[in-house]
Amino acid sequence: MITEALILSAILFVVGTFGVLVRRNAIIMFLCIELQLNAVNLAFVALSRLVGIDGQVFVFFVMTVAAAEAAVGLAIIISIFRHYESVDVNNFNLLKW
Amino acid sequence: MTIFSTLLTSVVQEGHGGGGGDFVPFLPGLVVLLPLLGFVINGFLALRHARRSADAVRAGGELDLGGPGERPATHTLPSLVGPGVMLLAFLVTLVNFVRMLGSELHEPMVVHYWTWIDTGAFHVSAALQLDQLSMVMMMVVTGVGFLIHVFSVGYMKDDPGYPRYFAYLNLFVFFMLVLVMGSSYPLMFVGWEGVGLCSYLLIGYWFSDREKADAGKKAFIVNRIGDFGFLVAMFFLFVTFGTLDFVPVFHDAPDALVYGGGLATAISLFFLLGATGKSAQIPLYVWLPDAMAGPTPVSALIHAATMVTAGVYMVARSSTLFALSPVGSATVAGIGVLTALFAATIALKQNDIKKVLAYSTVSQLGYMFLGVGVGAYAAGVFHLMTHAFFKALLFLGSGAVIHSMHHALHHTHNHADPQDMRNMGGLRKYMPITWTVMWLATLAIAGIWPFAGFFSKDEIIWQTAAFGGAEHAPFPGLYTAYWVIALAAAMLTAFYMTRLMVMTFHGSNRTGSAEEKHLHEAPAVMWVPLAVLAVLSTFGGWINVPEAIRESFLGGFGVLPMTEWLHHWLEPVTATAHHIQETNLGELSHYAPFGGGEVAWAVISTVMALVIVVAASRVLVRGEVKPAAEDAEPTGFGKVLYNKWYVDELYDRTVVQPLLRLSRFCWKWIDAFLIDGAVNAAGLVARGMGWAGSLFQTGNLNTYAFFFSLAALVILGVVVF
Amino acid sequence: MTLILEAIGYGGWALHALVWLPVLGMLLVLRSEEESAKHVAFWWSLGVFVLSLGLWWAFEPGWGGMQLASSTPWIPAWGVDYALGVDGISLFMVLLTTFTTPLAILGSYRYIGKRQRAFYALMLLLEAGVVGVFLATDVFLFYVFFELTLVPMYFIVGIWGGERRIYAAIKFFLYTAFGSLLMLVGILYLFMKAKTMLGVPTFALAELLQVPLSGTEQLWLFSAFALAFSIKVPLFPLHTWLPDAHVEAPTPGSVVLAAVLLKMGTYGFLRFLLPLFPVASQHPTVVSVMMVLAVIGIVYAAWVAAVQPDAKKLVAYTSVAHMGFVVLGIFALTLNGIQGGLVVMISHGLSTGALFLLLGMLYERRHTREIEAFGGVGRVAPLFATAFVITALASIGLPGTSGFVGEFLALLGTFETHPTIAIVASAGVIFAAYYMLPMVQKVFFNALEKPENREMEDLSGRELVILTPLVALMILVGWHPTPILERMEPSIEVVLERVEEAAAPVMEAEMLPGSETSHAPETAPTTSSETD
Repeated sequence: MITEALILSAILFVVGTFGVLVRRNAIIMFLCIELQLNAVNLAFVALSRLVGIDGQVFVFFVMTVAAAEAAVGLAIIISIFRHYESVDVNNFNLLKW
Repeated sequence: MTIFSTLLTSVVQEGHGGGGGDFVPFLPGLVVLLPLLGFVINGFLALRHARRSADAVRAGGELDLGGPGERPATHTLPSLVGPGVMLLAFLVTLVNFVRMLGSELHEPMVVHYWTWIDTGAFHVSAALQLDQLSMVMMMVVTGVGFLIHVFSVGYMKDDPGYPRYFAYLNLFVFFMLVLVMGSSYPLMFVGWEGVGLCSYLLIGYWFSDREKADAGKKAFIVNRIGDFGFLVAMFFLFVTFGTLDFVPVFHDAPDALVYGGGLATAISLFFLLGATGKSAQIPLYVWLPDAMAGPTPVSALIHAATMVTAGVYMVARSSTLFALSPVGSATVAGIGVLTALFAATIALKQNDIKKVLAYSTVSQLGYMFLGVGVGAYAAGVFHLMTHAFFKALLFLGSGAVIHSMHHALHHTHNHADPQDMRNMGGLRKYMPITWTVMWLATLAIAGIWPFAGFFSKDEIIWQTAAFGGAEHAPFPGLYTAYWVIALAAAMLTAFYMTRLMVMTFHGSNRTGSAEEKHLHEAPAVMWVPLAVLAVLSTFGGWINVPEAIRESFLGGFGVLPMTEWLHHWLEPVTATAHHIQETNLGELSHYAPFGGGEVAWAVISTVMALVIVVAASRVLVRGEVKPAAEDAEPTGFGKVLYNKWYVDELYDRTVVQPLLRLSRFCWKWIDAFLIDGAVNAAGLVARGMGWAGSLFQTGNLNTYAFFFSLAALVILGVVVF
Repeated sequence: MTLILEAIGYGGWALHALVWLPVLGMLLVLRSEEESAKHVAFWWSLGVFVLSLGLWWAFEPGWGGMQLASSTPWIPAWGVDYALGVDGISLFMVLLTTFTTPLAILGSYRYIGKRQRAFYALMLLLEAGVVGVFLATDVFLFYVFFELTLVPMYFIVGIWGGERRIYAAIKFFLYTAFGSLLMLVGILYLFMKAKTMLGVPTFALAELLQVPLSGTEQLWLFSAFALAFSIKVPLFPLHTWLPDAHVEAPTPGSVVLAAVLLKMGTYGFLRFLLPLFPVASQHPTVVSVMMVLAVIGIVYAAWVAAVQPDAKKLVAYTSVAHMGFVVLGIFALTLNGIQGGLVVMISHGLSTGALFLLLGMLYERRHTREIEAFGGVGRVAPLFATAFVITALASIGLPGTSGFVGEFLALLGTFETHPTIAIVASAGVIFAAYYMLPMVQKVFFNALEKPENREMEDLSGRELVILTPLVALMILVGWHPTPILERMEPSIEVVLERVEEAAAPVMEAEMLPGSETSHAPETAPTTSSETD
């Protein structure tokens, strides 16, 4: 059972990672990050059966941070969109050398 | 405070002096202090005047000094202060001299003022040494110096920098007195470099003229090469003796140094390097002819009578050290005699009256070196003294001539060179006094009996022969050669001096018909010092007539009262050196290399010189001399002599230019390229690495995420495997 | 004088005041009006100088140890103390610092136009830092002050400098910081060693001196310290920051840099290198390397100086040559040599400081430093020319000026132990004339051809006030250096004794004959009858 859960978690994480790496739309990248976080959450929950309650506690922390991140991140994306009328991250490379 | 208390005690003890007792110095500090005071006063006036003149220049003009009667105080006071302090200094010296005459002084008298340097391991005082040698030098410096100061009042009176001139001149005398009176080598070195500084300032006195400023600079730098030798010699002395004061050094030297040893030779050779710089000997003589760019009285005082003889004084002062080194002494004599001949050959072909005299000075200084090099220290100093008389006279006489020529050319707005003898001729008619005194000086320098130069020069030449013929003479053949060269150079001297006199005073006048009317005799303020010097040049040699000559007809069969006076006078100073010489060389010879005694050779040389003078004047008067503007360039060997053997060019090619090139190479290649290149390269490498790192900062979110994931995978891999 | 000083308890607070008063002055300057900042800074620093003069009397001449010393724990956990003290070596460095700072400030009145408050505040901070360097007897405190001086100098060059000021400032900073970081490593090593040895952490110099070090350790630590100080001096070939920094720095910056900052390097040699690592300091290879570098510096810098078209750069290179004499004198390890080195430090501070002030005045008038742009200036500015010539002569060591006493003693001391090197270095006197005189001639002599130069003003009253004390001191020290020498001597003896103690076992092992060459003369000269 744990093995399947961990495999699912890994698949979800890889999907999320690829999403972050290949997609250019900030919202979708953002969703993919959420996917990664939740993949990790799944792994935590699954492993908590084996290791103890700590994993489940951690999941709550992750969810809190994810919520905060979603709030701030979405706010940034919205303000970027207001400014550039685009959420394509290829347009925002001001922070280079 | 110490100075004043010493001065006071000296005054109080005045009464004890004289009468064969102990020597009590009379205010020796005052001798040094007076010229310094003159410098301060004149220097202040000079700055005041310079400020006013600068205001005028800034306003676009030149300061007008007004006629002779309406000069400002800055131009009248120096006439009083400059020669005034010199007269006082001379009088004080005279008092000391008289006291020394009347007392027994075997050890030098050292008057201590204050501790100059004391590091715990090295101690030197600001102290003056009074002994027979420094007394002779003080007399020459203040006496001849005073006369030249007086002459300057007339010669320089229309010069705008008049107060500055006297300030420098007084400062020079101050340093010269420090040089001859200092009781230790470092103090002598203070004077040594100090006179060099004043020489620099006075050669470049007309500093707006580039050539003159260049000449001053050359003098200073060449002198510094000599000073380097002096410094190193002092270092050797210090590690050997632990002190640099004259008295202990000379006391310990015979025991501490081995006769003919390497240390003694090193010390004497380094001192010799110092002396060749200051006294313009081969290979460092090149600055002296250029130094003629200064005002003529300066040439008389500094570059003939006093400063350039400092090297001779130094060797005489260090006689103990030089006597201990036969190689050193032989080198001194060799350099001297070669310089004497070499400079005399150049003097044959010069047309500038001052240049002839300059090379003549170099040549005569060579004789003095020969003298002190063959252990005849008294003879060297004797020639130094007589040379001071007749050469100062010759220079001042030439100054009077130039003064007159300058006025004549100035009145007619002629731009011809007032110093070129080809533009002179026949001046005898206009300047009879100058003509007379200069002939006296010429006979003196040519070594004709009974003028001053005869006795001193003949003594040196004779001593060379006697030294070379001594029982254990170190290099007998060498000294024979020296003796022959010295005789030859004496003949050349007679010739070029006659040429100078003939070209200047005899024949027909070549200045120009309009100019001729303005030629005139020098004013009294100028010719009176000339007359005094003429007397000294004529009779000055009688104070040291050798015993053998005195007894012969040349000495009037013993009527002269002061036989070998200077020799005996200097005996306390040179005794140690003579003792060393006697122990190691044995008896000096009584015969010249090819036979003949002292008197015989004296007669031969004076007759030969006289013949040359007479013959040359006869021949040269008949010869046609063209004015400078029409004269052709000399050809053949004459051209080589005219161009001074091309030594300046040689030095320029082999020393000056390579040094400049090397300096530029060091700057451009080593400093800017190599070192700074390495430094900047280190900076560039750091920057390059930063730049390479910055390439990862694409600003693209995906790139960051990619590297982030990649790094996470790598870390994971490392952790797992 | 001593009574007055005792009455006000001078000895108790003087050293602290000398460090902290400039800091207080800095705050005052920052709070003053922009226009009056310079006056506040000048009078304040003058006050500090007057205060520092008391040291002359409070200082006991015959004693070589630290005087007026005090120590309070600063960071007890690391054993860092706030410890100050003065001895014969640092006394003159402190006086030189407090003496040159007001002159440099006065000399910048016309030069500094922008951000005056900040500038004068930095000058005072610099003074505090330098005084701290010379007074600190705790190695950590020394290091703090040593680095602290970098900051104000960096800004002084970087903000008020010439065209290439940024390059020069960064070069200066990186060069010196690089060296001092290695020194920091050395200090920490010493600290660790001392901690294991003594059981308590300490940075006090006196304690660190007790730490026995093996020969190899000494050599490594010596290298670390020597690098830091050699860059500061600067010693060839680590000197290239100096010409750039000097040329770009504003006049007062150059003055303080030349007069005082360079001395921190040679001071470090004397205060730390020789006493801490006596075995390494007299290791024949080490001594040869230092001496050869110093001699190269003397000759090479003179050559390079001679062909500089920029007068300020010329003078900057002469600094390298002069400091070469100092290093030479120090590593001669003789009384004469070190005394000479210290006198050269003082003399160089006076003469080169004055030269930079004079060149600054020249620049203010003509806005160029190209030697070729001048000529005949002596005719329109006679006082200026006089001051310049005297200073230049002091700089090239003419007897009768301070330069001669120092160079002569340094060379004399060197000759006692290393004759060949001393002879080569003596050639420096020739090259000194070779670089200085042509410059003097091209600027002040020759024909007054250029119309711009015709307009030049002579020295103003303010400038006379700046130059007169400098010139007077150059001549005074030249004729009467004894008061200085007698105060230095005991402290130098202390250093030398330490070096010799360390040498004793080495000497015994190698059976080297002692120096028997210099013995005192047995005969005294006949003195005049003045005394009896």
